[in-house]
Parts: sequence; structure tokens; C-alpha cells
Amino acid sequence: MATEQDKLLEEVTNREYQYGFHTDIEMDMLPKGLNEGVIREISQRKNEPDFMLEFRLSAYRNWLKMESPDWAHLKIPEIDFQEIIYYAAPKKKPQLNSLDEVDPELRATFEKLGIPLDEQKVLAGVAVDAIIDSVSVKTTFRETLAEKGIIFCSMSEAVLEYPDLVKKYLGSVVPPGDNFFAALNSAVFSDGSFVFIPKGVRCPMELSSYFRINAMNTGQFERTLIVAEDDSYVSYLEGCTAPMRDENQLHAAVVEIVTLDRAEVKYSTVQNWYPGDKNGKGGIFNFVTKRGICKGDYSKISWTQVETGSAITWKYPSCILMGDHTVGEFYSVALTNNYQQADTGTKMIHLGKNTRSLIVSKGISAGKSQNSYRGLVKVSKKADNARNFSQCDSLLLGDKCGAHTFPYLEINNSTAKVEHEATTSKIGEDQIFYCNQRGIDTESAVALIVNGYVKEVINQLPMEFAVEAQKLLQISLEGSVG
Amino acid sequence: MIALFDENRHLIEQGASPVVNAAREVATEAFARLGIPSSKVEAYKYTNLQAWFKATYRFTPTESGFSGNIDEVFTCDVDALESYTVFAVNGRYYEGSSYTRLPEGVVIGSFAELSVKHPELMHKFYGKLAPADADGVVALNTLLACDGIFVYVPKNMVVEKPIQVVNILTGDTDRMVNQRNFIVIEENAQARVLFCDHTLSNSRFLVNSVTEGFVDASGNLDFYNIQNQHNGVVQVGGYYFNQETKSVLSANYFTLNTGVTRNNIFARLGGVHAENHISGLYLTDKNMHVDNFSFIDHAMPDCESNELFKGVMDDGSTGAFTGRIMVRPDAQRTNAYQSNNNLLLTDNARMNTRPQLEIYADDVKCSHGATVGQLDEKALFYLRARGIGKEEATILLMYAFAYEVIEKIQLPGLKEQIRLLVEKRFRGELDKCDSCIVCGQLNDKILNASV
Repeated sequence: MATEQDKLLEEVTNREYQYGFHTDIEMDMLPKGLNEGVIREISQRKNEPDFMLEFRLSAYRNWLKMESPDWAHLKIPEIDFQEIIYYAAPKKKPQLNSLDEVDPELRATFEKLGIPLDEQKVLAGVAVDAIIDSVSVKTTFRETLAEKGIIFCSMSEAVLEYPDLVKKYLGSVVPPGDNFFAALNSAVFSDGSFVFIPKGVRCPMELSSYFRINAMNTGQFERTLIVAEDDSYVSYLEGCTAPMRDENQLHAAVVEIVTLDRAEVKYSTVQNWYPGDKNGKGGIFNFVTKRGICKGDYSKISWTQVETGSAITWKYPSCILMGDHTVGEFYSVALTNNYQQADTGTKMIHLGKNTRSLIVSKGISAGKSQNSYRGLVKVSKKADNARNFSQCDSLLLGDKCGAHTFPYLEINNSTAKVEHEATTSKIGEDQIFYCNQRGIDTESAVALIVNGYVKEVINQLPMEFAVEAQKLLQISLEGSVG
Repeated sequence: MIALFDENRHLIEQGASPVVNAAREVATEAFARLGIPSSKVEAYKYTNLQAWFKATYRFTPTESGFSGNIDEVFTCDVDALESYTVFAVNGRYYEGSSYTRLPEGVVIGSFAELSVKHPELMHKFYGKLAPADADGVVALNTLLACDGIFVYVPKNMVVEKPIQVVNILTGDTDRMVNQRNFIVIEENAQARVLFCDHTLSNSRFLVNSVTEGFVDASGNLDFYNIQNQHNGVVQVGGYYFNQETKSVLSANYFTLNTGVTRNNIFARLGGVHAENHISGLYLTDKNMHVDNFSFIDHAMPDCESNELFKGVMDDGSTGAFTGRIMVRPDAQRTNAYQSNNNLLLTDNARMNTRPQLEIYADDVKCSHGATVGQLDEKALFYLRARGIGKEEATILLMYAFAYEVIEKIQLPGLKEQIRLLVEKRFRGELDKCDSCIVCGQLNDKILNASV
């Protein structure tokens, strides 16, 4: 049986990325490299108001003084930031009144990705802000949303059309000098999504945005900002698949979420960037800063992520629980295979009274990959009655991979109740044997067990996304996951 | 610090073994590079040693600064224990240590003396476990240490009575102490070693001690450290163990009173089927700071480790815990468990805990758990509803919380004594070390006053 399992694991290890394809669209690019001139040029091309240029320049100056972080359990090859193209946009910006006008090749790309970017979407109830490289090319359902007063548009548009809102909230959660990659993003971000849910509005559909890295050597620097006013609710979906590529590509996104009194934001991610081939060549570097602040009382931010892609993942979606009675949640499945490395987790900063947080992290390591959970739970002195529960499990598939857990618990208040639990193990031969006995072959048994293992997190995803997440786990671990 | 070494070099090196002096050369370079760790060093994130090493202390490498009869000023905490007792005063072996005849082949004595008499032992053991080139504190100890206690148990020897090492800090001046200890348990041998740390005077002390423990195949070491010092003590204790095939190590740390304590506990499971049990109990109040840093290194397959640390933080005290379990590639069929539970009694008390797993093998069962919280309101209510006063109920529950660690003590006399000390400590009756003359008198005063 052991050999059968080995065979399965080998199949899994040899599995190649299925979504590797490349779309040829004429690109409008800036030359490689980064300096103040490039930043001014980006800002100018996007017709940005002065405050944006200032924002970018101050971030850039901060960035110059910073060093790439080396504390994560990752081996990051040296990145030459002067070899990256910081701005690329499809040259002919199509008119977007009907789908027929969209570049057919672009549409074909979406078809391959399985994004139903057409009228069927209405039935599916999902609005899509599709991004190819940096500029948003298609936004659907704007009108439906506009009726409710919801703003859902690309960041570039938001900067031009809602400068007051952008000025007020951009950088309020992740300041321009926050960390090395966030500062870089603040300086050069090309586009992203902007969501604004006004008071008392419950967003009637899941908002979703697909990101793709497309052109050669184009760093992607999305910036997403979600603001939920009092008593509002929104569920936002982010998902990615990237074409096959030999050179490493950098992806340094920033996501900011602000919730005011009694507002709730649910942010779900399925990440499937190109992980590199089975020899560890190529793949995306995914260095993301995601942070939300529960500013108002009784507000809630929930992060759910399924991370299956990227050569290197460095990502810590965090919640600052500032208001009283606020809630932060973090659900994560991180799967690494071959030579992938992931160092991911969360930070829960309890500042307000009666705040609660929940962390459920499930790591799966296979091949020769390294998978780490790194998290911080901090209860400040004034955060009375804070409550936290963390569960961090790791599953090892193969004897050459690593699974690590690095939680930090910093408690400064005696009324806090903080619990952390972690376990690491492989799928027991007895478990497989039990299934075999009942006529379930080893492959299905592994699938069954992995499915059960991640269910707690997958259940948190909206229906459509849960299906896709299952699919991605299948692709990444085919032969083991059914 | 290096200047201090240069100044006192002739004093430090005189009479020491060449092996030990050669190690000082390496340590000089390492210490110049590493320095005293600040909180920027990840392992010392929660204990900024630089701040504590700033004060001025007297440094007298060759003399203990104590004369007189130790038996007159000190009576043991664990008096119910029949043991081989030796004393180290301010880091130096106390010549007047008296004990009944040791079993044949067993050596308990001065490290300085032994290092000259038996250089071959030094070659084999000195600096083999404590990393002088990676930790500034170990480098400093290697640089400055002159003496300490050497415990050697030969092959197949079972030492029935426990070996008690009483580390005493005393003297009228503030003092820096560098102590180096060795515990060697040879193949199939067994011993129980108890380190008691005490202060006898009100001076401030900075203690930097390193203990290297070797447990050979099928050996069994039962190690205890009881720290009961006054609040002017800053102690960095490094305990570095290596275990061979089928050996069993149990190490238990009780920090009842101190100023600042940092324990670096490293255990390497270097042979198959080795078993490791580490536990700790830290009770802090006032401005105490206790940081237990442990690293369990599963280097070989089929080993098992169990770790339990519990703490109660009162007043404005701070506790910290770091527990890393490392499972090296191919250390298959490892079972490693770790747990850290803490009670915070006031809003000014703080606890930082980092339970960590680093695993490179797949056929393992590893888990860790960490909690920080307070006493269960329901349990308190239950007791109070049955006529037990709030204070008494609180003590009862805290004691029950701590008992899980006390329970692990395998020496009946010691268990009872620790049980009493912990209870006294919770009642606030254990301000300093309990049974030495200085504090013994203090306690009498308190008792008299309350009567």
C-alpha cells in the first residue's frame, strides 16, 4: 500500500500547471526600471490628481530606505527591481457597452479561465471586474450596483471620480511606509478595485475580480480598497490564475478594508498563480499585504483564502479590531507542492473591548515544498474581554517537505482568553486502510481525507468559489484529491 | 566586556585547563561579533538582555568573595531530602562541601580542578553543546567562566540518592557571576540532579551560567532546577543537553522568585528511541520577568518529547515562553507534544508566548497548544458557594493549576517541598528564599506581625 501511495504522490509531484497559456495583446509599456521619473510618468498617464502623486512619491522615498524582509521561513532569490516593468496597459482600450466589442482574444482567455463574462453572469449573480495586467477592461453590473449607491470600479476610475473617498481611506490601513512590499506597491500600483458600500446597504451580489499576470516581466501591483459604511455588508471575491512563465515574476498587492459601525466585509481569495515547474524553475513571487480595520463598533472582517499557487507566498491578511465588540476571522488553506514555499498567516490586533477573533489555518505540504504558518495575536492593555481561538493544522504528504508553525501570542490584559492549538501529521496508514477495507481505493481515500481536512475553510467560501477552490486543490494535488 | 576579559586575563586563565583557555580565543571573536543580545535578536525578542547587562557589577573571577562555614548560614529548602549536597558560592565550587562517601567512580566536584586533572574529559565535553559562536551569552560565559560544578556518573552506575547542587549568591557588593557546569551520565547510568539557586545577601547579582548535560545510551537523568532568589538577581541560565539512544531525560524548572530570569533550554535527541520530558512552572509578581526559551531538536527517528510549561503572572510582571520543536529530515516516527498555559492575574501583567513547530519529516505526530487566560469564574463561584472565601478559593485554583507541573516531580521529598513552597508563594509568604537565615528571619517577622 505504501508503494501505491508513493506512486500517487509521485504523480502529484510530476503534475504540471494546467492553466499555462499566454495571450498576445498589444501592450503599452513603460521601460524597465524604477525611479521618480517612472512614478511621475505612471501618475501622469493615469491623469491622477496631485495628492496621488504625492502619495506615490512619499511611498517611494520610504521604500528606498527599507530592506526586503528576511524574517520569513523562505528562501527568496535576489529580486532586481530595476528589471521590472512597472506599467503595462492594453493599448486599445475597448469600448465596453457590449461584450462583442471586447477583444476576442481576451474573451478567449476568460473562456479558458472559465469566467462567465457574459449575460449568464446575471443568473449567476456575480459582477466581475476583470483585470488583464494593470488596467481594468471590463466591469459588469455597474448599473445594478449604482442603483443601490454601491461603487464598484477600478482604482484608476475611483481616483478620478471619487477623489475625496480615495483620499480619505487610501493608505489609512496600510500606510505608504508600512513594509517593503507595501511601500513598493504604494509607489507604483497600476490599478485594482475600489468598493464602497454606503450606509445600511447590503450588497445584493458577490463582487468578484479576476486578476491575471499576462505580459512578460510585468510586475503586478494591484491596490484594492474596500470601504463599508455603517450597517452595510459585502462579500468580495478575488481569484487568480496566471499563464506559464519561465522567469520569476513579482506580485506585490495591497488590500485595505475599512468597516464602520456594524458593517461586515467578507473577503475571499482563491490564489493559483503559476507555481513554477516541478524542478522549482519559474513561478510567481506573491508578496501581499492585506489588512482590514474594524473601525466601528460591532463590525466584522472575515478573510478566507485558498492558496495553491505561487512559487513563493508571503502573505498575512490581518485584522485590527479597533471598535468595541468587533470580530476578526481568518480561514486559510495553503497548499504547497514541488519546490513551492509559503509563509502565510494572520495578525489579530485586539484594541477595542469585547473583541473576538478566530483563526483556522490548514496547511498541506507535498513534494519538496516548505509551508509555514506565522501568526500574531496581540491583546493590548485596554482590550478587555478579548477572545481568541487559533487552530493551525498541517498535513504532510511526502517525506521531503516541511511544515512549520510560528505563532506569536502577546497578551497584555488579564481578562483575555487566548488559545492556540496546532497539530502536524501525515495521513495515517490506518485511515487509508480503513477506507480500503470499505472498497474505497487509495486515491479516493486520500481525496476524502484531504477534503474533510480542508472542509472547515472551504465551507466559508461562497458557493461558486467553493467549487473553484475544490477544482484548484484537485489540480494541485491531482491523484490525491477527488 | 572584552576589555574586562583582557584586564583579568591572567587571573581567569591561571590554573585553567588549556582546552578551556583555547575556547576563550574563539569566544572573544564570537562575542565581539554577537555582543549581548538585544530584543532585535529573534530568540531574545521578549527579553532585552542589553538593558540588564548595563548596570555595574563587581567581577572577581578567582575568588568567591565568601568565607565562613556555609552550613551555618544556609539550611536547605528541601530538608526532607537525603542527598549528596555540594555548594557553589558565587559561581565557584565551595571547598567545604561535605557529603557522605560517594558511590565508586562517581565524581562531583570543581570544574576548574577537574579540567586540569582530566584534560581528556575537557576535550570530550567542553563547549560541545553550548554554542559559543552563535549566542552572545554563551560566548561571554566561555570567555569569563572559571569554575562551576562537574557531575560525572560512570557506566552502569545507579546513584540512588539525589545529587543536590546549591548555587548560592552572597556578598556585600553587586557581583557578576559566570558559572560553568557539566553533568555527564554514562551508558546505562542513572542519576537525579537538583540545582537550587539562592541568594543570601541583598546585593544585586548578574548570573550567566551554562550547563552542559550529556546523557549517553540508555542513561537516565532526572534534572531539577529550583530558583528562589531575591528580586535583584538577573540570571541567564543556559542548559544544553544531548541524549543518545534509548536515553531518558526529564528536566524540570521551577522559578518561584527572581528578578529577571531567562532560561535557555536546549535538548538534542541524538539517538533513536530517546525520550525527553521538559516541564516548567514560573510564578511571577512585582516586576519580575521570566522568559523560558526551549528548543527540542529531534535529530533522530523514533524519539518522543513532551513539554509542559505553566505560568502565573501577578502585579506588573512579565512572562515569556518560546518552545520550538524541530523535527529534522528523516527523523521519522517522531512524537512531540508541547503545551504552555498561563494565568494573568492583573491588567499590568503580561505574557508573550511563541509555541513553534518546524517539521521536515512526514511520519510524525506533533502538536502544540498555548493558552493565556484567567481563573474560571464558574469554578470560583462554585467554591465560594461552598463557603470558601474568595482569596482562599483563588489560591486553591491557582494551586490546582500549578499542580500539573509539580506532579511531574519524581522525588517524593522534593515534590512535597515544592508543593509547600508553591502554596506559600501564592499566599505571598515567600518573599525571598524561604529557609536561609536572612529571609528566614524576615519570614518570622512577617509571621509575628500577622499574629
